[in-house]
Amino acid sequence: MAASETIGAAARERATDYLAKRHRFRLAEALPWLIAIAVFFIFPTRLTFGSQVLVMVMFALSLDLILGYAGIVTLGHAAFFGVGAYTVGLAAARLDWTEPISGLFAAAIAAGLVGFVTGWFLLRYRGLTLLMLTLATAILLQETGNLRSDISGGYDGLPGLTFKPLLGIFDYDLYGHTYYLYVLAVLAVVFYLIRRIVYSPFGQALTGIRENVRRMHAIGSPVHRRLVTVYTIAAAIAGVAGALFTQTNAYVTLTVFDFDNSAKVMVMLILGGTGRLYGAFVGAAVYMVLEDYFSKLSPTFWQFGIGLMLVLAVLFAPRGILGLFERVGSYLAERKRS
Amino acid sequence: MGLVPQFANIAVSILFDGLAYAMFLFITSVGLSVTMGLMGFVNLAHGAFAMAGGYVVVTLTRSYGIGFVPSLVIAAIVIGAVSVVFERFLYRRLYKSTDLEQVLLTIGLAFMAIATATYIYGPIPKSVPLPDWLQGDVNLGFRYFPSYRAFLIVLGTVLIAVLWYAFERTNIGAKIRAAVDNRRMAESVGINVDRLFTLTFAVGSGLAALGGGLAIQLLGLSPSFAVLYLVLFLIVVAVGGLGSLKGTLLAALVLGIFDTGGKYLLADAGGFFVYAVTVVVLLIKPAGFYGRE
Repeated sequence: MAASETIGAAARERATDYLAKRHRFRLAEALPWLIAIAVFFIFPTRLTFGSQVLVMVMFALSLDLILGYAGIVTLGHAAFFGVGAYTVGLAAARLDWTEPISGLFAAAIAAGLVGFVTGWFLLRYRGLTLLMLTLATAILLQETGNLRSDISGGYDGLPGLTFKPLLGIFDYDLYGHTYYLYVLAVLAVVFYLIRRIVYSPFGQALTGIRENVRRMHAIGSPVHRRLVTVYTIAAAIAGVAGALFTQTNAYVTLTVFDFDNSAKVMVMLILGGTGRLYGAFVGAAVYMVLEDYFSKLSPTFWQFGIGLMLVLAVLFAPRGILGLFERVGSYLAERKRS
Repeated sequence: MGLVPQFANIAVSILFDGLAYAMFLFITSVGLSVTMGLMGFVNLAHGAFAMAGGYVVVTLTRSYGIGFVPSLVIAAIVIGAVSVVFERFLYRRLYKSTDLEQVLLTIGLAFMAIATATYIYGPIPKSVPLPDWLQGDVNLGFRYFPSYRAFLIVLGTVLIAVLWYAFERTNIGAKIRAAVDNRRMAESVGINVDRLFTLTFAVGSGLAALGGGLAIQLLGLSPSFAVLYLVLFLIVVAVGGLGSLKGTLLAALVLGIFDTGGKYLLADAGGFFVYAVTVVVLLIKPAGFYGRE
């Protein structure tokens, strides 16, 4: 009895130690943030585009939480982005609620609620059934918006929204300086939260579910409850990303619910690498910059390019750009040693 | 016209158009259902094969002056043969991979197919010259119906009969059913499931190409067809149950008639009905009508 308790305590200490070690910030982790701040000074005229990249980073991060860590494959993540985008849009256009930061909270709550309700029903299913159900959820929301186009503005959307100055002081400017810093700050807060979640025992349980559901059931982990929890959190974060999207663009249309939007964020995440947080940064940035450049040259060429990237990524770099770097790195280290 | 006959008239129209649409859905989706049932492979490029079939028909009829019906047959054979190349060199490598990797590879192929089609044919929807007997209306005694839709229903019925016979009454059909039921068992009694899969994949893609050719007149054909209707094909498969001929047919009928009815009665609701029906069916029966739980 006493012996088993000591073993239990020792094991617990080892586990805490392990988690704490992983949780510690590494120096390299400052890099993306330094780059984001450098961009602010180097490209002062391209900051509207910069804010869009940061919004997509946040959207991809929320997907990483459920896809990369919990292993939930969804084709309808745009549903939550859209709910967040429309919460802020409708509040501004119909209720004259234009304070930006409280808008973010409203969007998180609305999207989180939708995530909780749909997740509760859908996360019992797997495989093709789950793919179809998540996809159908996004399309049903879009169709509902289209049905009540008197409120939502339909496919013409809600154009020309205006928002109150941030914190009552900082106003919107032509090149989007304020919004860039605003989005960056929100992203930093969200990232901190996600990082905490991922490295917590709860995050470990999610990885366990991804790797082997049956075993998690067998050791008595409340799998469904865990999945619904993480799905709700991811939905709320996607909602915040959607809200920022509406605020920085000052318009929103029903296309945010498109299958294309769900597919795009997944491509970004896969491109960067799943289940590693920074994959979302690399993937979203690389994708958005390439898209910006190539789709101006020729949209057809760009579409072919995304397709080719996906095929090549699956065949040759299943762990994304960061995984590729890691492999090259460990290969070089191996050669050095021998 | 009184209220009751008018109502009956609309009901007949919905049933007729819904049936024609269901036949298109069945022809295009049945291959996807069987291949997914056999290998559990999520093939999001199925719509791209259908689109490619449609464009082969466009080229054959417009540039080479071949008739519409022979073009359909040639398109089905050509795309069926081409699909084998993809199956051998790309799909084969991912049979043991996760759903996610299969989804990514095939959606990548679909994007490339759309871009290629846009490059060659442009983004504007194409039409095909139809023979006289497929234009106008046909008199069925009590009412006139569009000939093209009547042709779809007849063709669909014939194909269902042929597929049913092949599936239920031939040696190969029995092997396919055995492999869908229990792949390992089928392999251990000496069935070459890999070769069986290549065969069904080719036939399924050929049928998809046929469906794509038929869709030109029914729905219009543009490069985005590959993704736009893919969702519908996948829904038919998921609602019907993987690998089940009966299920695919039932799902195609239910969804085809609901969608047509929804568009007749409540034009604004658009695709609402199809997705609502899908969600309800899948929540009650996660594996579809005739799927294995």
